[in-house]
Amino acid sequence: MSTPFYVSPEQLMRDRADFARKGISRGRALVSLQYADGIVFASENPSAALHKVSEIYDRIAFAAVGRYNEFENLRIAGVRLADMRGYAYDRRDVTGRGLANAYAQTLGTIFSSGGEKPYEVELFVGEIGDSAEDDQLYRLTYDGQVVDEHGFAAIGGAAESVGGYLKERYTKGASLEDAIRLAVAALGHTDTDDREIAAKDLEVAVLDRNRTQPRKFRRIRPATLVEILGSVTATPPVEEAKPTAVEAPAEKPVDEAPLATPVDDDGDPPIAPPLD
Amino acid sequence: MTESRIPAAYMTPGTSSFADFLTAQSPDLLPRHNAVPGNLTDIAPHGTTIVAATFPGGVIIAGDRRATQGNLIAERDMRKVFPSDEYSAVGIAGSAGIAVELVKLFQTELEHYEKIEGTTLSIEGKASRLSALVRGNLPMAMQGLVVVPLFVGFDPDAAKGKIYGYDPTGGRYEQTGYTGVGSGSLFAKGSLKKLYRPDLDEAGLVAVLIQALYDAADDDSATGGPDLSRRLFPLVHVITADGGRTLPDAEVAAVAENVIAGRLQRPDGPIAELEA
Repeated sequence: MSTPFYVSPEQLMRDRADFARKGISRGRALVSLQYADGIVFASENPSAALHKVSEIYDRIAFAAVGRYNEFENLRIAGVRLADMRGYAYDRRDVTGRGLANAYAQTLGTIFSSGGEKPYEVELFVGEIGDSAEDDQLYRLTYDGQVVDEHGFAAIGGAAESVGGYLKERYTKGASLEDAIRLAVAALGHTDTDDREIAAKDLEVAVLDRNRTQPRKFRRIRPATLVEILGSVTATPPVEEAKPTAVEAPAEKPVDEAPLATPVDDDGDPPIAPPLD
Repeated sequence: MTESRIPAAYMTPGTSSFADFLTAQSPDLLPRHNAVPGNLTDIAPHGTTIVAATFPGGVIIAGDRRATQGNLIAERDMRKVFPSDEYSAVGIAGSAGIAVELVKLFQTELEHYEKIEGTTLSIEGKASRLSALVRGNLPMAMQGLVVVPLFVGFDPDAAKGKIYGYDPTGGRYEQTGYTGVGSGSLFAKGSLKKLYRPDLDEAGLVAVLIQALYDAADDDSATGGPDLSRRLFPLVHVITADGGRTLPDAEVAAVAENVIAGRLQRPDGPIAELEA
């Protein structure tokens, strides 16, 4: 029988962290920004069916990068925890902080236990309050650390260059349109060049304080995205493909006009509009 | 939420039904209780009359506000009509406490499915889930704590409103046109039989349903009519392709006052025309 090699605890943890980090950095970045009326989440995601950003509860959203099956398990656990608590107590008793804690404990335990492979995920738990000051944005790493973010944050591959781009340009209290434009520009930014990401390859969702329903989560549809993004770049192909986009930029100079777009969608159910 | 790692059951993919999850994890939270001897009919208040009817493009459900306990009026302002999600609503008759819990479970069930699966249930699917919940209450029903819901919703595929009636064993019956449930439903249905037309518009149908509830209150002591002195009026919920909305009190009050004004002239209400 051979004697196992001695591995120091420091080395063991470093190896596990490297393993998790490597897995996460392979994926695309995901950004989260606080804007005047809530929090916006954006990521490059060509799949319309497999979501990276999801609704957890009335005012709480979840966004993640990394291994899909792992963060999907965490998402489902979050929905179950939240619904269970809301059912047993009251809807107001479900908090983002509680959820972030539960995730942190879980990720931390898995990371430091010898028996399990560390999760290759990084995630956001966002919660909106009655005003922008009450909004919370937690970033959780693969080892269960929780960071209370303010304003903006990026996770996933290239998170550093994307985060750096945001740091230079982020302004507090921006409109939803401006926040989305900045988020998408940041996602397309690398140290070498900037590229434009097509609206159909984007997944954008918001927690919107202005929604009249108790459930504040809302996905921004590709058609709306084309309008928002097109009004700045106004590239000819976009205008040809979507005749409506031609009218939209014309209305944009009016200050109130940008607000009208998201409010239009308000009658839709937050997850899957059945009437399309 | 939890102070330590999320329990394994929460992280295990599987059911997207909240009721099933609750049954497995915390059966004590279900709206059913261990068998206790005797007949419990009169230990808790009873909700009474609910009516529902379809019109071109939607469906309307309405309920009176009274709950009775034996010969006493237990509640004058009870809510017995609840939106279950954006495109459906449920009205309840029977043992009030259990019924309200059942509705809460049903609401959570629909929202939970929507969040886990990323899509809404079909109207049949929703009605079927409600069947299962009502069937779970059968042991309690045998002891007198009967709950009988009335479920309505908008079916986007057929582009029309639908109504489902239930029995205490969970049996579900799709209804055409109009129906009622609860102690005063006999009189309400008789009234609807003479006043209902399939081609009524939304406002017309609201008036007809208020007439029917008035007739129920007229002949059934357990059903409450419009309460002018306390300004308590029936709850009316309208569902169309644009989603559901509970009519504001002022709107229902105007209709109810109109109905009462008519009854001052003719206490038995409008006369159905005789065909020659």
